[in-house]
Amino acid sequence: MTTASTPRRESALVMSIRQNRGFYGALLLLAVLYIVYNFLHPKGFSTNVFIANTNESVALAFVAMAQAMTVIVGGLDLSVGSVMTLTSCIASELVRGEPWQIVFGCLVTVAAGTGFGLVNGVIIVYGRLQPIIATLATGAVAMGLALLIRPKPGGEVDLDLNWAATNSLRDLAETYHLFSDGEDAWFQPIAWVPVPLLIMIIVAAVIWVPFKRTVTGRTLYAIGSSEGAAFMSGLPINRARLWAFTLAGTFAGCAGLYLAIQTGSGNADIPQAGAYTLNSIAAVVLGGISLLGGVGTAIGALIGALILRVISFYFRILSIDPLMQSLVEGIVLLLAVSLGAVRTLRVKNRLELFR
Amino acid sequence: MATLNLPHLKSDDLPIVIAAGFILVILAAGTAYTLSTLGTAPLLTPNYLLTQLQTGAFLGIVACGMMTVILLGHIDLSIPWTMTAAAMMATTIGGPGAIPTGLAIGLIVGLVNGFGVAYLRIPSMIFTLGVDSVMRGLMVAHTGGFAPQDTATDLMRYLAAEKVLGVPVAVFVWAAISIVISAVLARTSFGKAIYATGNREAAAYLSGIRTRWIIVGAFVISGLCAASAGMLLAGYSNKAYQGMGNAYLLPAIAAVVIGGTSILGGRGRFIGTLVGVILIVLLNSVLSIAQMPEAGRQIIYGLVIIVMLLVYGRTTRVTS
Amino acid sequence: MFQELSLMPDLTVADNISIADPPRRFGLIDRKAQRERAEALLARIHCEDVDPRALVRDLSLSRRQMVEIAKALGKDPKLLILDEATSALTSRDVETVYSVLGELKQDGVGMLFISHRMHEVEALCDTLSVFRNGQHIETFAKGARSQNDIVKLMIGRDVSHQFPPKPVRTKPNTPHLVVDNLRWENALNGVSLSVGKGEIVGLGGLDGQGQKELLLALFGVLRGVDGKVGIGGADGLTGSPAEAKSGKNRIALVPEDRKTEGLMLPMSIADNLLAASFDRVSVGPFIDRSKEKQAVADAIKQLQIKINRPEDAVATLSGGNQQKVVIAKWLMTEPEIILLNDPTRGIDVGTKQELYRLMRELADQDRAILFYSTDYAELIGCCDRVAVMYDGRIVTEFSGAAITEEALVSAALNITVPISTSPGVPA
Repeated sequence: MTTASTPRRESALVMSIRQNRGFYGALLLLAVLYIVYNFLHPKGFSTNVFIANTNESVALAFVAMAQAMTVIVGGLDLSVGSVMTLTSCIASELVRGEPWQIVFGCLVTVAAGTGFGLVNGVIIVYGRLQPIIATLATGAVAMGLALLIRPKPGGEVDLDLNWAATNSLRDLAETYHLFSDGEDAWFQPIAWVPVPLLIMIIVAAVIWVPFKRTVTGRTLYAIGSSEGAAFMSGLPINRARLWAFTLAGTFAGCAGLYLAIQTGSGNADIPQAGAYTLNSIAAVVLGGISLLGGVGTAIGALIGALILRVISFYFRILSIDPLMQSLVEGIVLLLAVSLGAVRTLRVKNRLELFR
Repeated sequence: MATLNLPHLKSDDLPIVIAAGFILVILAAGTAYTLSTLGTAPLLTPNYLLTQLQTGAFLGIVACGMMTVILLGHIDLSIPWTMTAAAMMATTIGGPGAIPTGLAIGLIVGLVNGFGVAYLRIPSMIFTLGVDSVMRGLMVAHTGGFAPQDTATDLMRYLAAEKVLGVPVAVFVWAAISIVISAVLARTSFGKAIYATGNREAAAYLSGIRTRWIIVGAFVISGLCAASAGMLLAGYSNKAYQGMGNAYLLPAIAAVVIGGTSILGGRGRFIGTLVGVILIVLLNSVLSIAQMPEAGRQIIYGLVIIVMLLVYGRTTRVTS
Repeated sequence: MFQELSLMPDLTVADNISIADPPRRFGLIDRKAQRERAEALLARIHCEDVDPRALVRDLSLSRRQMVEIAKALGKDPKLLILDEATSALTSRDVETVYSVLGELKQDGVGMLFISHRMHEVEALCDTLSVFRNGQHIETFAKGARSQNDIVKLMIGRDVSHQFPPKPVRTKPNTPHLVVDNLRWENALNGVSLSVGKGEIVGLGGLDGQGQKELLLALFGVLRGVDGKVGIGGADGLTGSPAEAKSGKNRIALVPEDRKTEGLMLPMSIADNLLAASFDRVSVGPFIDRSKEKQAVADAIKQLQIKINRPEDAVATLSGGNQQKVVIAKWLMTEPEIILLNDPTRGIDVGTKQELYRLMRELADQDRAILFYSTDYAELIGCCDRVAVMYDGRIVTEFSGAAITEEALVSAALNITVPISTSPGVPA
């Protein structure tokens, strides 16, 4: 805490780090894990490894961002995995054919996710149901719709798009004959950048960054931090909740769209949907978002998702049995949350534990 | 967000009455369907109903444990792999030690969950999720990823699949566990302390209730119930297998909540959970008789939960 | 502007100050403008040391209150209501606030200043109104009445007959609860106190001087308490309420907030009554229905709690009857030491009188009672002795006839010279 005797201010970065220890801790953990991984990998620090890794991370990153929206307001969305599955099935039907059809398919896919999120929000806000149980039920509905669209795995997604979206910028340029097939001189320094990484960054920058700076976005934090104070300050509580769940749907829709493009198909896989939902909660916690609400950002959730993915990459290169993956994931999760629990051991007034 | 409820006995009973009424609706609709297509009413034969109860027993036992945890305002997501782990270890050990081994697994998982939630005060949602993941890893490591070759012991098979006086033994097991849990909840100081802690932990603590022990105790009950259900399921299918518990987590939560127990804790009657389990089992069986594809089942399942909760929501919640 | 802080702890100072109507550019919140606005407002109340980027959670209580004031100023108010706005401020800040309020007055802003602190009212206000027990007593211009008169108006005199007579002491009580040099964090700075059997000892002083913490420490709620507590000659420092209520300690605590700490509101009256003593009505692990019924009926009868049925939710009762349930709950444990944290707050006069009588009865049954109240009249009417706390210490103790409003008020303000002790106040 600053005091009157020390008017000198901390630099913005120092302050930001002190206020967001969870987030920066996650960032550091990710950096360390990923650098070590590349040293261990026989083809480490190569574009190909980077592209393959980012490819596998996008869907989870989006689902984690979706979860972050609802956790920040102090809720939880157990339907994100199912909505992702539903939208990937929709995408596997629509994202093909003429270019306009492909664009239309992408838009419909994301809109479907958004719409489903809106329905979640309406049920929770106006039906006054607990988010956990309401989304548990709507998740089942989403899964049913997904099965209706795609009873068996399959469908096809435009191959060019698949290739372009899952490789480097150079490949994207080649596929769509941009910048002289990616041979322009100015293009060369960025040609290696993986498209999936760009997609993650762009979506986060276009949706999350501005949203956080709207009054509605601010209200999300206010509700999660202290709903009573938010109410007393006359903030639009219902609208903010509605937005949180709607945007969660949008992010889940993005996840579904990318999953469909990446795999080239749709699959209404119930266990997979469940795994994504659970991993999204884990990612949110790892990314420094408080399950009690009010603390953390969608970017943190993205980092958390990447950490989970990098851990799974280790299994491959260290030739650990991939079957051990959930054991390690579970231990990492338990350790991460237990570290946060040290705080409770320092609480001096036990009544504060119950708040 | 603790909404102030103004309950009398009535408001606690209403969800149970509605759910029971819905069971009749399901039975009627199912019978109408079979009468029109097959010309018979298998749903109403005692034999059919008993078979349904037998398969319902596994869910019922899981829901017993889940309810004690939800009454505290917590949740136990470690149930799927607690079931599986108990079943696998029981079949691996075999012989007379099988069932004690399985129960020991449930006890250990419950203690770990309770420690994390009560002492470290980590949200149960995330801690039990981590424990579930660890259990899964341990079991996969234990079997090496292959289907385990061990078969259930005779006792497990007897408890799960045999019949006494025409009634499946599993139903007796379910009934016994239900009686124990309902007695604990309604008639013991431990049970009262669960309700008190779930309602307002600070007030319970200041009344001299050892709330941390209560939380650990509830998670132990949940672990033991899940372990029992897992072993019964192994006896029923004669073997333990990966992911055998996955299909029980969400229905168990749904059954408890449909039965009128508040997901925020502190309110709910045991009979409601019983009704909730029967509702879900019957709904499933009618949908399968109607040869409803999985898609339709999921949709109907989700809609039923939402509609029922919205109906309660109008009556039991007063937002200030 | 409220006494209870209406700030969001996880948001920054700048966010909080502009929460309702932040400066925007292209529809998005302009963080730079917002920060500058916060800086300007904070500078106005000379709080340049508060960094607008800091989280409110990381600020001390006095800084938070200053932020709250800045937030209120940011709305360009025509009427500013300050409810105990200075209760957590340091003296330097108080002066700053005074000068800002003075400026606002020049600007034609109307202000309603609610305070328990006499000198603040003297310094700031033009017109004074005295309220007591939800009743308007008198309004007068500043200077029309002496400080003395105001204090007496605040206390009122017509209340003494509410209280049961105090027994005449022939010999000093043997101390039952002995507290020696109790310390905890910054709230308790060496409290020493003793309470004898059959004695009601009051805790006085301004709100927030460590009285609540003292009661919680004795009840085993606080961690890291230093010092000695003796109960009946044995060590009585406990680690949990469960220990405090059982064994030889036999302590009961009627907590500050009955709605969140005393009762499980949605649960039945019977369950709430039994919450601290289920073991007393159990046979083995099972609750004995008839014993349970009997115990509940006895408790309801003893305290004359007005109910329809014991199965009704305790939330359906009036505040006074709810508080009776809390007290009855503890009497069931047959406590020897009873800690009361402002038990008469928000309950009607009739029930208050019943509680006063009950306290005296309990004392006559040889129990030791430690009674914290924010109402001076209660302390005077009920207590055999009153210990006044200031800044985590007991500064003075009064007993018998020495317990007067004037003595308590001046001790609470930590003024060494008593205001006066003249009787004869207009009723």
